[in-house]
Amino acid sequence: MLSDFAVETLDLCRSFKLKKAKKENNDGLVTALDNVSLTIRKGELFGLLGPNGAGKTTLIKILSTLLLPTSGKALVDGIDVVRHPEKVRKRINMVTGGETSGYGILTVRETLWMFSQFYGIPTRIVRERIDHMLKLLDMEKFARTKIGKLSSGMRQKMNIIRGFICDPEILFLDEPTLGLDVQISRDVRKYIKRWVKENTKKTVLLTTHYMAEADELCDRLAIIDQGKVLICDSPSNLKKSLKRDAVFHIEVGLLTDGLDRFKAVSGVKSFAYEHRHHLGRTLLKFILEDDSVISNVTGTLSQNGSKIITLSKVEPTLEDVFVSLVGKGLEQ
Amino acid sequence: MKTDFKTNIKAIIARAYVRVVAGNREPSWVISETVLPLISTAAFVYVYKALNAPEEFTGFVVLGGAMSAYWMTVLWSMAAQFYWEKEIGNLDLYMIAPISRMSILLGMASGGFVYASVRAGSVFLLGSLIFKIDFGVIDFGRLFLIFILCQFALFGLGMLFSSLFMIYGREAWHGVSLFQEPVYLLSGFYFPVKSLGFTLALTASLIPLTLGLDGMRQLAFKKGVEMGFLNINLEIGILAFLCVFFMVASHYALQFMENLGKKTGRLTLRWQ
Repeated sequence: MLSDFAVETLDLCRSFKLKKAKKENNDGLVTALDNVSLTIRKGELFGLLGPNGAGKTTLIKILSTLLLPTSGKALVDGIDVVRHPEKVRKRINMVTGGETSGYGILTVRETLWMFSQFYGIPTRIVRERIDHMLKLLDMEKFARTKIGKLSSGMRQKMNIIRGFICDPEILFLDEPTLGLDVQISRDVRKYIKRWVKENTKKTVLLTTHYMAEADELCDRLAIIDQGKVLICDSPSNLKKSLKRDAVFHIEVGLLTDGLDRFKAVSGVKSFAYEHRHHLGRTLLKFILEDDSVISNVTGTLSQNGSKIITLSKVEPTLEDVFVSLVGKGLEQ
Repeated sequence: MKTDFKTNIKAIIARAYVRVVAGNREPSWVISETVLPLISTAAFVYVYKALNAPEEFTGFVVLGGAMSAYWMTVLWSMAAQFYWEKEIGNLDLYMIAPISRMSILLGMASGGFVYASVRAGSVFLLGSLIFKIDFGVIDFGRLFLIFILCQFALFGLGMLFSSLFMIYGREAWHGVSLFQEPVYLLSGFYFPVKSLGFTLALTASLIPLTLGLDGMRQLAFKKGVEMGFLNINLEIGILAFLCVFFMVASHYALQFMENLGKKTGRLTLRWQ
């Protein structure tokens, strides 16, 4: 055992040069990671939660040896990813959401066999693992199907199997359920949970922007925005941190203009919204200093002529934690 | 170390499998990669027949037409391949696997060789039968040697291109397109390369197909030596040098481009 930690980063930074046309008033650099320091213990299912462009994928690329950091340190199982990438690669694998890897002309079984060979796994063992995993993910009947003929959901299930087939010490899952339907997402989450439970020393680093997924799966998670880690704790502790605040959800008719004025209402700590176009409604989410502030909010709504459809005080969710930290919702 | 070696061998076989087995799964290749090249070969054959050119020229054209399968494979299934691998997401997975990147290239090359040989063999066999080619092989041993050296050097060149194009996007596609036709001319696919003149033919000899084709023609036809460019042993020596040169160069180019790609972030950047 090289380290007690599966992943450690210290002041990790990564910036990218912008193309000339995109340079504005800055020095032509965009910061994807800004002094990220994290530790992930072995056996943890750790989540990185953040909006698109927050830096989640950049962090995974550095940890999986696909990208060099601009500065700082990144260790995987105690091994420096810059100095000894070849040692790191023996311990990891990665699955990305919406992945289209493989060759359409190969069958599911052939694809899984091909990728397993890059890890030197004997064909006999691979066959057993493929059978076992296809069964667990209810994909047995697709074993001989060419992957070019699979639906995106089935293909992602196959990708998940590909990630697990080499039995890595640390698995990076970058938005693994992106774009999948409810049932397939549930199957994938169930499989991930089962794997971590059965292999107590194995670690999963999962990035997602689905709050419920992070809440359901992760032992601990870090909320990341604009390349910075804002907070890192267990989902329950994160939610507890908002317990003292009053979290209200108000549904009104579709409201698209002047939403920023709610931020200025006295006593509003954070505010986010979510348009529900199919219902013709907008959900307003408030974190208030205390319950009494709700009258200021409803007053502002009535001044604007907005009719309240539902109003409820809710238990804080991870999304509320995110809103309180970032000042906006994930979808905004 | 032993395990690493075994893993790399497994990786070569696995990557070659895609070309060898899956590459022949769709029967449309018989039309697009055998019948169509045979038609363009036939056009040159009839030009030479109309001009009453020596009989050997018909054989030269059929041999050139068959060898074009290797060139197309090297260009489109080797040089530009890492670009496609990047677009579909395979490159990331190759790069994070605990194997030498050379084993992926070697797998692509060895699979590509088998894949192209099926096509080249079909064109060669059909062309020889249809146009009744009269072979007069002087030395089977050296003919085989020059063919093998030509293939090693050619796929070595493909591996070198592949590394260079690894971090580029559409530029790779355009670059490959630029190479296709000029090489048909410079390597003398449908005529003896000697006709280009010494300086141009020597420059063209950097492309392994030039000396490979010339050497095979010298050894496979009775009057081939008369129309040959360089002494056959010299051609074998140059091809052997090119084999080593392209293999070593592709190894270093691969390392350099991988590091550059990781620094700039272009290694896994898609849709460039």
